[in-house]
Amino acid sequence: MPTLLVDSRLKRQNLLDMLFRGVTRLSAFGVLALLVAIIISLLIGSMESIHAFGFGFLTSADWNPVTEQFGALVPIVGTLATSAIALLIAIPVSFGIAIFLTELSPQWMRRPLGIAIELLAGIPSIIYGMWGLFIFVPIFADHIEPWINDHLGQIPLISPIFTGPNVGISVLAAGIVLAIMVIPFIASVMRDVFDVVPTLLKESAYGLGATTWEVMYQVVLPYTKIGVVGGIMLGLGRALGETMAITFVIGNAHQLSASLLKPGNSIASALANEFTEAVGDLYTSALIELGLILFFITFVVLSLSRFMLHKLAKREGQGS
Amino acid sequence: MFTLYARRRFINQLSLTLAVLAMAFGLFWLCWILWTLLENGFAGLNMSLFTQTTPAPGSQGGLSNAIWGSILMSTTATLIGTPIGILAGTYLAEFGQRGWLAPVTRFINDILLSAPSIVIGLFVYEVYVVRVGHFAGWGGTFALAIIVIPVVIRTTENMLKLVPNSLREAAAALGAPEWKVISSVTLRAARAGILTGILLAIARISGETAPLLFTALNNQFFSNNMNQPMGNLPVVIFQFAMSPYDDWRSLAWAGALLITFTVLTINIAARIMFSQKSNSH
Amino acid sequence: MTPEIKIIPKLIVKDLNFFYGAERALKNINLTIPEKMVTAFIGPSGCGKSTLLRTFNRMYQLYPKQRAEGEILLDGENLLDKKQDLNTLRAKIGMVFQKPTPFPMSIYDNVAYGVKLYENLSSHDMAERVEWALKKAALWNEVKDKLKQSGTGLSGGQQQRLCIARAIAVKPQVLLLDEPTSALDPISTAHIEKLIDELKKDFTIVIVTHNMQQAARVSDFTAYMYLGDLIEFGDTSTVFTNPKRKETEDYITGRFG
Repeated sequence: MPTLLVDSRLKRQNLLDMLFRGVTRLSAFGVLALLVAIIISLLIGSMESIHAFGFGFLTSADWNPVTEQFGALVPIVGTLATSAIALLIAIPVSFGIAIFLTELSPQWMRRPLGIAIELLAGIPSIIYGMWGLFIFVPIFADHIEPWINDHLGQIPLISPIFTGPNVGISVLAAGIVLAIMVIPFIASVMRDVFDVVPTLLKESAYGLGATTWEVMYQVVLPYTKIGVVGGIMLGLGRALGETMAITFVIGNAHQLSASLLKPGNSIASALANEFTEAVGDLYTSALIELGLILFFITFVVLSLSRFMLHKLAKREGQGS
Repeated sequence: MFTLYARRRFINQLSLTLAVLAMAFGLFWLCWILWTLLENGFAGLNMSLFTQTTPAPGSQGGLSNAIWGSILMSTTATLIGTPIGILAGTYLAEFGQRGWLAPVTRFINDILLSAPSIVIGLFVYEVYVVRVGHFAGWGGTFALAIIVIPVVIRTTENMLKLVPNSLREAAAALGAPEWKVISSVTLRAARAGILTGILLAIARISGETAPLLFTALNNQFFSNNMNQPMGNLPVVIFQFAMSPYDDWRSLAWAGALLITFTVLTINIAARIMFSQKSNSH
Repeated sequence: MTPEIKIIPKLIVKDLNFFYGAERALKNINLTIPEKMVTAFIGPSGCGKSTLLRTFNRMYQLYPKQRAEGEILLDGENLLDKKQDLNTLRAKIGMVFQKPTPFPMSIYDNVAYGVKLYENLSSHDMAERVEWALKKAALWNEVKDKLKQSGTGLSGGQQQRLCIARAIAVKPQVLLLDEPTSALDPISTAHIEKLIDELKKDFTIVIVTHNMQQAARVSDFTAYMYLGDLIEFGDTSTVFTNPKRKETEDYITGRFG
């Protein structure tokens, strides 16, 4: 018979069990506390600005550090516009890439290409910003912008959107750079979502004589649409908060204009460019309020995305 | 005569061609960017990068203080964030079946994982920088740690969930107390995946600029003092790139190349390590 | 004249009921497991044999929705009693599972794991114990030169024998085997069956198996279960050649299940 435990050692094990549980619980709680702390500190920091401007902050296009008049309209519009442009470009391209990776590419290419896309998704965004400023913008200014001005800028109704100085630095350029940055990310999420479609489902469609496109568009896409939308929203969440890819290229101009070819501002760029220079409590507080607004927007978008991705995952668990 | 079948075939061909074009389109831009990076970065690469500190415009110099500062802050941030992440991830995987804390924590973690890093910087500014009255390396470290934690939590939880229950039962059947089952068997079985998660977190924070902008700020000189502003690669690159000076810009490219190389190497290393360890099981 | 075989009860099950949530999986089980003999639980899938086995070391307590009512007496003490410490209980009652479960550590550490929890042995004594356990599990010769290698690098049959060595290293009183050979090839299975025959000299063994022939080969006593009820219990030769209940006979002869 082995020499078994004495009561005191037993008690110690129980104590250690409780201690261990407690420490892990505390850490999980810490995450919750972190979020609450972030929200509270942002609120406190914005208080002065909220008191000064109220809801008008959201609709005012003023931004004058001298007279201390601030409004969030320009950065908010810029944030939304660049993200919208980015998604408009990135979604079809990512979709194409995902189709290529899951259906079209030869077997030997699949893994390396997939890995390449994932590695690209990890490239720091400051690289995109630098490339955007030094390489893309000059080309954009010299070749693409004149073309847009001459062609799209002549069509009545939409011309105000597409006329602007051929400087390169603009909302459109920022949106394009952001699109390139976001493509690997959305493409790999879409690819992951397409990968979990049961092969049997696709084979049944192929077996009936459907073409590859038809299988993707009529069977796979409807099956995964929740996941695809969830993935897109995840990309949107990232795009909204992106700082460095845009800051180099958007121009930090606090003027509201309808034209995509004019410089603008996004919340993240405004913060990056102005926060350390901000003089005066109201200025700083206005910037923090911008941060609060950004946090709120991304919170909503990310929650929606999570909800959708989880719905797909649950359905997978039931279906397969 | 355009039969239905011919039409379908046409649409198929068209769409698939577009898909291939999309792939090429995406790859084209990305290759271009990488090429630019290599071209410009290489031009600025030389030993002085590592031996000299950041210069005033117009003079020669390197990036040693920025590199060192980044290494210092990233390492410390990882050392702070990893234990918290592993513990919380363990809670979610092992103790999270009942109660409200686990689902809520998972939800919050998902948000924090993709939250704008500039807001994290703002937060640390408010609670730390304002309090101590000046920018500091510790501020940058905390901001980076906050980014590390969700990544580690996510991978730890996923890896622990992959460990089969029979392993836990086997340890319990020998009379091991719960904490020992988790620490000596379950966590151990998942260690390859967890380590990969930590590496990925490091890769992620190596490239982050925004959280350092209003916390660590920057320092022109070589420093070990975390209580003062600390030099770091991303902010230096930001400053130098936006400046009108050529030598500063060339340093910025070299720095960008260094960061990208580091990030890619860590990512690749993490992949190799993970696939090796899982194969040996 | 057949010598008197003295049957000493080791585990006495009294009015045991087991629930998964609201569903009753074991119904009023009354059973005596004899010491230092092999008792087999047989029956079709879902009859409750694994459930019954897992009440003996209260493994079900890892899962919130499962509970047991009744008594199980180990040498007179009720091991279902709430005051009973789970971990010490499990040191007395060992278990080997369906699939081999080597821990992610060296062979030596695997075998030493349980022992280290409860005994303070010198490194010399520990090495002796590890060797003893591996010899008893008929694995020593195959691994004695690679004790520091990972346990996961062994073949399936070797891994299972490692798990057996690990379980007996702590010198338990009772050894529970839950379908120990169902994931193994026929040759490894034969090895382990021979092992069981050896082990019963030192340990009380309870084995769950869905393979009737195996039960007939290795066990001294057999319990036949169906849908949560204990239908028949007796010495193996009687149960297999002259069962008292018709249900038992139907199962044995393969008419169903």
